[in-house]
Amino acid sequence: MSSDSEKETVEKKPEESKPTETKPPEKPSTAKPDAPKPAAAKPAPAKKPAPAKKEPELPAFEKGVADKIIEKFGEKTTISFVKPDRVGIKVGREDIHNVAEFARDTLNYDHVDSVAGVDYPADKEIEVVYHLSSYTDPTLSRQILELATRAQREEDPIPGNDATKLPSLRDIFYSVEFHEREIFEMLGVYFEGHPDNRRLLLPEDWADLPPLRKDFRNKGR
Amino acid sequence: MSSPTLPPGLAIQKADERIMTLNVGPQHPGSGHMRIIVQIDGDYIVACDPDPGYVHRGEEKMAEYRNYTLNVPHLERPVIHDSCNILYPYVLAAEELLGLEISERAKYVRVIASELNRCIYTQYWLAIYGIFLGHSTMFMWPAGDRELLIDLMEKMTGARVTHSYFIPGGIRNDLPANFEDVCLRQVNYFEKRIKEYADVFYNNPILISRTEKTGILTRENAIKLGTTGSVLRASGIDYDVRKKEPYDVYDELDFETNVMKSGDSYARSRIPWLDMMESCRIIRDALQKMPKSGSVRVKLKPNPKGELGSVYKRVESGRGALGCYIVSDKKVEPYRVKLSVPSFRNLIALPHLLIGEKLGNMPSVYWSLNYWPVEADR
Repeated sequence: MSSDSEKETVEKKPEESKPTETKPPEKPSTAKPDAPKPAAAKPAPAKKPAPAKKEPELPAFEKGVADKIIEKFGEKTTISFVKPDRVGIKVGREDIHNVAEFARDTLNYDHVDSVAGVDYPADKEIEVVYHLSSYTDPTLSRQILELATRAQREEDPIPGNDATKLPSLRDIFYSVEFHEREIFEMLGVYFEGHPDNRRLLLPEDWADLPPLRKDFRNKGR
Repeated sequence: MSSPTLPPGLAIQKADERIMTLNVGPQHPGSGHMRIIVQIDGDYIVACDPDPGYVHRGEEKMAEYRNYTLNVPHLERPVIHDSCNILYPYVLAAEELLGLEISERAKYVRVIASELNRCIYTQYWLAIYGIFLGHSTMFMWPAGDRELLIDLMEKMTGARVTHSYFIPGGIRNDLPANFEDVCLRQVNYFEKRIKEYADVFYNNPILISRTEKTGILTRENAIKLGTTGSVLRASGIDYDVRKKEPYDVYDELDFETNVMKSGDSYARSRIPWLDMMESCRIIRDALQKMPKSGSVRVKLKPNPKGELGSVYKRVESGRGALGCYIVSDKKVEPYRVKLSVPSFRNLIALPHLLIGEKLGNMPSVYWSLNYWPVEADR
């Protein structure tokens, strides 16, 4: 796996330039779907009050968490959203291991709440979202850190033997063990470094597509 | 592990003269709808491999074909005895995506329904726990007292077990007339009854000798394995989503969380019982603070579309933190629904607890995990 990267403790600098950096990804995500101008004006009044009211007080802590990760990893990570109690970070698949290690050692996240796999056939990618949470750090008890990373998706999957692979986080967060096994069988993402990549819920002789992929259709639907 | 000729997921095991492999379940009633492959050396378990999946129904896949309201009846199926609580995170997440504001009264009614359901679930689990320890009275009493609350839920929702009561936008129907009085009376009687369980069960020396100091989960392991709910709180970590991240009106209600330090089967079996008393307290408090009238449901447009993005919500169910992650792509159906269920999260602790235990202690350890196989499989 990755060699132990030297970890200089990141001094958090309260810089004013950071907020402007984190805001843009939030806004396009709400305004992106509506390309024409008149349509974009419609959701704005409905959504404006909520962020505008909470922006000054609530997400300050969340922004701090996001900024620490951005400060450490720079362009390798992007913030997908900063909401009250929720921070979403997108990470490349080569860096997910280091970012998770940083989240555990420096940011005190100690277990995963959930690991979700989402199939995006249009992008030819499969996203794996780790929801990190903490029992030991009382300041993080409300917080969920979403680390999302994407694996390459193959049209004709041979689970375990194709390019749909990600590094396993089992050595960092022990609690991902069964979650990663589930994603391997349900979406065909092979986790390299996972000690036990067997089927969990599906029958041993399942020979169809991984069932949570979008091209696996339920019968009769 | 697996030889190169076999596809990943399959492995050949060598037979051993000393170590015996036992398949406990899925037909054996002692395991629920799952198989636990245990290897025993004499009387002691040396390896344990839980094998769930016998009741996997693809709830998450089914949710991608139905709109936000139609998902309600089938998403409660994984754990029908706790159906309000398994719907809770889904409904909270759907409401955020659909941009719905819920009335105050609906929030209180939800809390009452959710706490009644927690008691119903815990009573069912306690009955099973009792009978698997050979305590028949502890099967009969909870199964009988549970009926009180089921009748109450029937008055409230119209169904005895599968309520489908929570929907995006509030609750399906308002409370019947003079429900508050009936509820208060029943809950008070219920609390009096469950306090009697202490004499027959929790202070029973036979129970204590069978569960104390068996299947110890240390504080460090409980954190490392990411366990949740009663398993976590029995290991000395005070973490309850209702307190730490209050949803709906839990921050206005008066209750405490129960924590025990020992981390053994006894602590894990006692915590849900103590939680039931807190539930009674919450219900009484909520009945008092609840607005006496008002709408309980936001009228939805047919086929509402969720806004673009993702939401992760979690609640405390009868077994632990239950999360729901919904990804929406502005369609009528959610793009992806992921249920992060406590049974699945606690399952990882099973090998850690069983290895080194005697085979005879397996039921007391396994059922103390507050594990519901159908929920873990989804």
